[in-house]
Amino acid sequence: MILATSFFHNANFLRVLYIVAFALFIYGLMGLTGPRTAVRGNRIAAVGMAIAVIATLLAQGEGNWGLIIIGVAIGTAVGIPAARRVRMTAMPQMVALFNGVGGGAVFLIAWAEFRNTGGYAHSAGLPGSGPVATYIAVFSIFAAIVGSVSFWGSNIAFGKLQELLPGRPITLGRFQQPVNFLLGAIAIALGVAIVAGSHSELIFILMLVTAALLGNAVVLPIGGADMPVVISMLNAATGLSAAATGVALNNPALIVAGMIVGASGSILTNLMAVAMNRSIPAIIAGGFGGGGVVEGAAGAGAFAGTVRSTSAADVAMQLAYARQVVVVPGYGMAVAQAQHAVRELAKELEARGVEVKYAIHPVAGRMPGHMNVLLAEADVPYEQLKEMDDINPEFPRTDVALVIGANDVTNPAAHTNPSSPIYGMPILDVENAHSVVVIKRSMNPGFAGIENELYFKPNTSMLFGDAKSAVSDITAELADI
Amino acid sequence: MLVTNLTILVLAGFIGFAVISKIPNTLHTPLMSGTNAIHGIVLLGGLLIVGFSGNSAFNKVILVIAIAFGTINIVGGFLVTDRMLEMFKRKPTQAPKDGEPK
Repeated sequence: MILATSFFHNANFLRVLYIVAFALFIYGLMGLTGPRTAVRGNRIAAVGMAIAVIATLLAQGEGNWGLIIIGVAIGTAVGIPAARRVRMTAMPQMVALFNGVGGGAVFLIAWAEFRNTGGYAHSAGLPGSGPVATYIAVFSIFAAIVGSVSFWGSNIAFGKLQELLPGRPITLGRFQQPVNFLLGAIAIALGVAIVAGSHSELIFILMLVTAALLGNAVVLPIGGADMPVVISMLNAATGLSAAATGVALNNPALIVAGMIVGASGSILTNLMAVAMNRSIPAIIAGGFGGGGVVEGAAGAGAFAGTVRSTSAADVAMQLAYARQVVVVPGYGMAVAQAQHAVRELAKELEARGVEVKYAIHPVAGRMPGHMNVLLAEADVPYEQLKEMDDINPEFPRTDVALVIGANDVTNPAAHTNPSSPIYGMPILDVENAHSVVVIKRSMNPGFAGIENELYFKPNTSMLFGDAKSAVSDITAELADI
Repeated sequence: MLVTNLTILVLAGFIGFAVISKIPNTLHTPLMSGTNAIHGIVLLGGLLIVGFSGNSAFNKVILVIAIAFGTINIVGGFLVTDRMLEMFKRKPTQAPKDGEPK
């Protein structure tokens, strides 16, 4: 028994288990490269995590089992139902929330470590032991600042996507940049003061508060459309802060896992920004999705054209005699939970020999790949989902482009209007189809708050209404033809 | 110790770049969610520090919160990713029944 205990407490044994754990993380992530291996990959990574947690518990000695059990029980009781119940459409804000709690854990751990060591004065937590090595203090402070920024930033992102907060940018205007810069500088200065030898907890708390304000100040001015990029960036930040915690605690599992997340999050952030033709500094500068609203509200009549409204029966007629129909799904379809209705309509059309394809913009939905998840949920065959570059050349050969709840990703202003906030963003060229049918609740501008000139084109007709009932109506009319 | 840890840090960063840059656009949302779950590993930090003898009552409170947060991050993150990925899986009985043209 004594032998077994000392075996588990052996530092090498722990390190070996950690190596197994992060090998499983890396192998699991490699599995995520294809839809067939992805489920297994995720589970392999989860097994790696279980090994890392169990190894730590075994090595932890006499421990504080009561506290650990309480914490894990609360976390499980909150995490499992949240993950099981969340609707696929609400996935971006769920990711934001899970990311936020990760950042919260990071800064709380850094805070506890600061208190345990008397402000980095005693490395063993006991008066009389030597001070904590400077590099440990530096990494710990970095983790505290970034963790706090990530926690608050993610919560704001969650609030915006969940529509608890207005999705429109909340900004201090031209003071925003100097204020953000000042907050960042103050947080760093307070951190430097601690590393330089101040053991005051008040300074540490002030640093956390400044970082919290910075998290709010960075994310509040960002418009809803840019939010996925921000979540991805905060995801990378939490990863880096976890890696820093790992250096401070001399824990290789934390370092490897945190760093992999930091690297992947950075790549993903960049890919998303490219897909939206937005530079990352411009996103941080904020305000996107604000300017266009004013212009749109005042100038709805500025477009020389009128909106043509149509009926479900007309649309059914058009679709029934088409050779090729391209469905352009957007977030509006997802909100109305219309993907199953769309699938029914597509089946009906296919039975009549109409070729049906789905055009997926890289940022359709609210995150890259979000729309693929939603359509996969409705059993749409994987091969019918076409990416933007594959489908754009097909629009001139398409009889009807059926736009369901997509807006900004179809706006021709991205090609034609240099003053538009989305100018240069790659879009789906639905306007090239012989005719375009847009199913939309009202003429309100989209997530980015910009008027869409597509709706005023002569070959476009609008079918107003809830996406789900509108699509069901078309299917019903189709049955009568 | 610092140099060893920095070595691990830098190498892990390159591994992260190498593995992740191969992932197709379609799987970006599950990927974001999956990597999100992995940084829940900060839970280990909470588990280690809570074992220190010198923890005050306030420390115990913030560490329990940190452990709960870390657990939510891990459990929720992996579960939600699993749910998403399950939807990409082929449902073998579905395909012939639908009478796909292809």
